[in-house]
Amino acid sequence: MSGAALITARDLTVGHPGSDRPVLSHVDMHIDPAEIVTVVGPNGSGKSTLVRALLGQIALDSGRVERLGGLRIGYVPQRVHIERAMPMTVRRFLSLPIRVSDAEAARVLERTGVPGLEGRQIAALSGGQFQRVLLARALLNHPQLLVLDEPTQGLDQPGIVAFYKLIEEVRAETGAAILMVSHDLLVVMRASDRVVCLNGHVCCEGTPQAVSAAPAYRALFGAEAQGTLALYRHHHDHDHDQVAQDGHSHAHVHGPDCGHGHDHLRG
Amino acid sequence: MLDDFLVRALLAGLGLVLATGTLGCFVVWRRMAYFGDSTSHAAILGVALSFALALPFYVGTLAVAVAMALLVAWLTARGQGMDTVLGVIAHSGLALGLLAASFVPSLRVNLESFLFGDILAVTRADLVWIWGGAAIVLGVLVWRWQRLVTASVNEELAMASGINPAHERLILSLALAIVVAIAIRIVGALLISAMLIIPAAAARGLSRTPETMAGSATLIGVLAVLGGLWSSLALDTPAGPSIVAISALFYALSLVFYRK
Repeated sequence: MSGAALITARDLTVGHPGSDRPVLSHVDMHIDPAEIVTVVGPNGSGKSTLVRALLGQIALDSGRVERLGGLRIGYVPQRVHIERAMPMTVRRFLSLPIRVSDAEAARVLERTGVPGLEGRQIAALSGGQFQRVLLARALLNHPQLLVLDEPTQGLDQPGIVAFYKLIEEVRAETGAAILMVSHDLLVVMRASDRVVCLNGHVCCEGTPQAVSAAPAYRALFGAEAQGTLALYRHHHDHDHDQVAQDGHSHAHVHGPDCGHGHDHLRG
Repeated sequence: MLDDFLVRALLAGLGLVLATGTLGCFVVWRRMAYFGDSTSHAAILGVALSFALALPFYVGTLAVAVAMALLVAWLTARGQGMDTVLGVIAHSGLALGLLAASFVPSLRVNLESFLFGDILAVTRADLVWIWGGAAIVLGVLVWRWQRLVTASVNEELAMASGINPAHERLILSLALAIVVAIAIRIVGALLISAMLIIPAAAARGLSRTPETMAGSATLIGVLAVLGGLWSSLALDTPAGPSIVAISALFYALSLVFYRK
């Protein structure tokens, strides 16, 4: 699938009330149809601000954002918390604010791997189930672009891996482009076509391999970046079947938060 | 029929819970309990001003309640902490109201009826205000239901759907100001929040969706009004506090049947 970019941002600068230092300065960004773009960056690097600027939810100091006419966007915001004081079934939640048919509700729940949850209370769902329900809701209007802000926060490692696998399936099936914000560096980068490394400005961008090797990225993420880089070498340069039984004989460095699982012993 | 003070009291109570049942759910969902307290305490100032300036009672009270709602919205938008703003307004409103009341001789005598309500003294004119106000509040809540519920679930999800959460918040604040103005004669400034919160809290345990919670809260409010008036008649208890006490009883009962 090719064609005009879904969203193009040019020379985006966004300030913060009560601060001279802009949150984002001179950011250029585009999202093409059917690509998975991930924005990574440390806390306070302006990731969520960038997303909200692209969605048109905040005022820009300068620059402009162009969205394809009639662009349908499905959005999963960061840290959605639903007050326990509000009773809410999954089915009712999917009909906010636009009422949808039972068939539609069943379709999106099936697509995100949580069929039959309609009657459950939102507050009683596990973190992983709730994340899938949010994704299902975002799929209701057949979006051309899905925007997911830190979608795997609070999930455990297998949950994170499964969630990104689901995202890739959704992209393959619907052809929707996907814009993600994340700090699960290791896993998310593997699921991306393009990575944008942000720290108030775009430090570097490109394929996951290119970014993980870029000095700017490694300066920003330090030891964790080492882990990512090693993961790529590890992942692409040699074969698990030839690893000796004593495990760590091959050279790769784990960063402090490196949680990728591979079984050294069985090979 | 309206000549009977008890019938008027019953109609006044039922009119009020028609609005408080549903609005109370939003107060609980959005943690606006303290906001209700501030507006109603400040309304005492409105009562005093109405008497001092010889304005119709509801006009002065409604004006001050609306002014309070707008003042809170304005101060919090300027970055003041919600808790602090409400605490300042609630208690300074009450204090100023009591000060102002001390200068109005006619009010000194029956100030208590505005603090605790006097449902048995409701007049025909009161009924017009109460039912008119309740109809407006309920009408607005039903009209904007989907937007209000979405904005109460999550403001960012609402924004992504083209809903302006600040707008919905303001509508709820103004609805609350109207309810305070019509409730002050019935349960009094000190117990208005109770009529909003307790039936809704009791309904929470019995409900699976926002709609059933609003319906249950209204029904519990109706039962509380009936029970409170009966208690007032049969046991000679004060009516307003009796209504609130029976709501509290329903809340305690609902804990037994709580549905997650």
